Amino acid sequence: MAHQKNHPYQILPPSPWPLLGAFGAFVMLYGAVLFFHDRGPWIMTVGLLLVLYTMYGWWSDVIREAMAGEHTPVVRIGLRYGVILFITSEVMFFVAWFWSFFKHALYPMGEIVGFSVEPGVWPPAGIETFDPWHLPLINTLILLASGCFATWAHHAIAHDGDNRTMGNALVGAVLLGILFTITQAYEYSHASFGFAGNIYGANFFMATGFHGFHVIVGTIFLAVCMFRAFAGHFTKEAHVGYEAAAWYWHFVDVVWLFLFAVVYIWGG
Amino acid sequence: MADAAVHAHDEHPRPGFFTRWFLSTNHKDIGILYLITSAVLGLISVAFTMYMRLELMEPGVQYMLMEDGVTPNGHLWNVMITAHGILMMFFVVIPALFGGFGNYFMPLMIGAPDMAFPRMNNLSYWMYVAGSALAVLSVVSPGGNDQLGSGVGWVLYAPLSTLEGGYSMDLAIFAVHVSGASSILGAINMITTFLNMRAPGMTLHKTPLFAWSIFVTAWLILLSLPVLAGAITMLLTDRNFGTTFFDPSGGGDPILYQHLLWFFGHPEVYMIIVPGFGIISHVISTFSKKPIFGYLAMVYAMVAIGVLGFVVWAHHMYTVGMSHTQQAYFMLATMVIAVPTGIKIFSWIATMWGGSISFKTPMLFAMGFLFLFTVGGVTGVVLSQAGVDRYYHDTYYVVAHFHYVMSLGAVFCIFAGIYYWIGKMSGRQYPEWAGKLHFWLMFIGANLTFFPQHFLGRDGMPRRYIDYPEAFAKWNEVSSYGAFLSGLSFVFFFGIVIYTVFYGKRVTEKAYWGEHADTLEWTLPNPPPEHTFETLPTPDMWDKQHAH
Repeated sequence: MAHQKNHPYQILPPSPWPLLGAFGAFVMLYGAVLFFHDRGPWIMTVGLLLVLYTMYGWWSDVIREAMAGEHTPVVRIGLRYGVILFITSEVMFFVAWFWSFFKHALYPMGEIVGFSVEPGVWPPAGIETFDPWHLPLINTLILLASGCFATWAHHAIAHDGDNRTMGNALVGAVLLGILFTITQAYEYSHASFGFAGNIYGANFFMATGFHGFHVIVGTIFLAVCMFRAFAGHFTKEAHVGYEAAAWYWHFVDVVWLFLFAVVYIWGG
Repeated sequence: MADAAVHAHDEHPRPGFFTRWFLSTNHKDIGILYLITSAVLGLISVAFTMYMRLELMEPGVQYMLMEDGVTPNGHLWNVMITAHGILMMFFVVIPALFGGFGNYFMPLMIGAPDMAFPRMNNLSYWMYVAGSALAVLSVVSPGGNDQLGSGVGWVLYAPLSTLEGGYSMDLAIFAVHVSGASSILGAINMITTFLNMRAPGMTLHKTPLFAWSIFVTAWLILLSLPVLAGAITMLLTDRNFGTTFFDPSGGGDPILYQHLLWFFGHPEVYMIIVPGFGIISHVISTFSKKPIFGYLAMVYAMVAIGVLGFVVWAHHMYTVGMSHTQQAYFMLATMVIAVPTGIKIFSWIATMWGGSISFKTPMLFAMGFLFLFTVGGVTGVVLSQAGVDRYYHDTYYVVAHFHYVMSLGAVFCIFAGIYYWIGKMSGRQYPEWAGKLHFWLMFIGANLTFFPQHFLGRDGMPRRYIDYPEAFAKWNEVSSYGAFLSGLSFVFFFGIVIYTVFYGKRVTEKAYWGEHADTLEWTLPNPPPEHTFETLPTPDMWDKQHAH
């Protein structure tokens, strides 16, 4: 059968990345278990490096294919579906953490005193929470401002096809993203409650911590787009890579707004 | 751009063994890999059940003993039961139906040249392998009670799972994480393929039912697995970093884990069965020589089952102390699911009604499925009653119920699919007598195993124990004989598959089940070439006015 491709979809040649990436994930997680049980972080680190190397190689391939024009309009639609669905799954991941938060905030566990159960309180007795109108508010503004820069970049490319302005705007978005992470780390270091041993700390640090991790990922994603913009990769019509980064960034924004409203203001 | 792509495909030769099977970006090859891997893991998982049924054959503990040869080894029993559950729920049935058949046939049925993200497809597969490796390692790693493996049940309920010692539990948790990530990537791929790559003219209301079933399943995976990932991450931090999500001494709540688990766990059982619904529709229509009855109702029944699957989870936990209002709600919502399920069962029967039925092996399995799934569905309605569940909770009645819907229902779908499509996938046909013999061995064996468990449950025999009083001896013995018969039929099935793939009769006719097998995979040679639909199919190839 002649191999004549008469359709607009992308058919890919065999690739080493999936095998390498899954192997890296296996090594990383096996190493993580050893690490949890005091056997040192080395195997986990090797696995992590393999995973990072896979990501680098894989996405480099994707960018090369995009520059070679393999991402036809219909493939770009597919890529957008993919990103939206991925973000949907991420939203459901945060549902688990909010679920735990709401459960414990609305129905705090009571203390057993003698033969009766005393009603619980939220935040738990002895927990001194953060003042939401202090660093958390500043951080909210930082993240929203970063989102504005991201939207400016989006407009620059979508309306004017202007890679240079886009890159400049992304410099702002990335710097504010980094500032958010630094502020958050500073806030963590001043927490009056610990991570272990109390439900407030567990909920707070896991929810905001996973958010923080997503901020870091999103910042890297935006930074990659920044370099690509300065290299002139994007066009007015085709900039799916940036759309993905922007959607992801707005998703991170929205999760933060929920965290701010629910965990910091209402739950404090 | 088009030139470059065409050129690349003109030149490349058929890839070598390593490239083809390890670096694949081909949905058909990846589908085959899924089927083979899930079969191997299925064999391991079935072997565990044989060991368990051997132990349960008579009262007292005869086989699972400590090294002194006298003391019963309850931990070993718990490990077997946990590993059986984890393997079957995460690593056997879904990978076979969703990963295997979904990958191979969903793109073919909608006339897509491949999946939307062919490379990510292979990542799904290899992460599934990585997860399986972690799961199997967890069984042989240092665990609780200073022995190997963890014995906490597949649901990993806290505090059992948070207190289980050793590495084993952490490996199992990561195994579920990795397989979950694999499934989520697979789901993204399937949804995008379904929405973006259907053949010209194939509107949603003309898309074959199997493709629809994969689409619905993918949504269930996409929306529920991340919640499980969060829940087991909490387990992980509770175990290793001192958080107290599920530990009341730090203000946490073990019941929260059950809610999170079952918010995933109930959609999970539909992920297992819905792709099977798709296969059964095609098989019944093909061998009844009639188009499926009520195509649109069948589509929307699947969608309804998917949606309802998200709002009934707490019927798994009636006994944890919920208010009566909550129990009443979950009861009502659960019973509502019987409506769309009934639509499906009756539509299949109506498809057969007045048809000229040929009882080939796939059809036998489909009809076996109808019977078994109905039995399991009816006991499901019984168990949905919170009051009745007080008595049946954690008894063998529940074991019988979910094995009727899953072990018999879903697994019969897998067999129906294999016999239906093996000629298409391998180019060789299975010997009909052998398939039929396999069916009858399996059908009798499985019913013999699980039907008596209803009686045991009604008599009050609890689940998950290594031993039982004399009073339960008779039906346990029968159940064990049934299990050995099904185990034998499973081995026989492997023989059939190996024989077929290497020595089976070649089948050259494209639509070898006749004109009523009229979806697009039947327009392709057996086996299909490496790249299919390089020219997209036209509506006359699939729009036969009697869409499946």
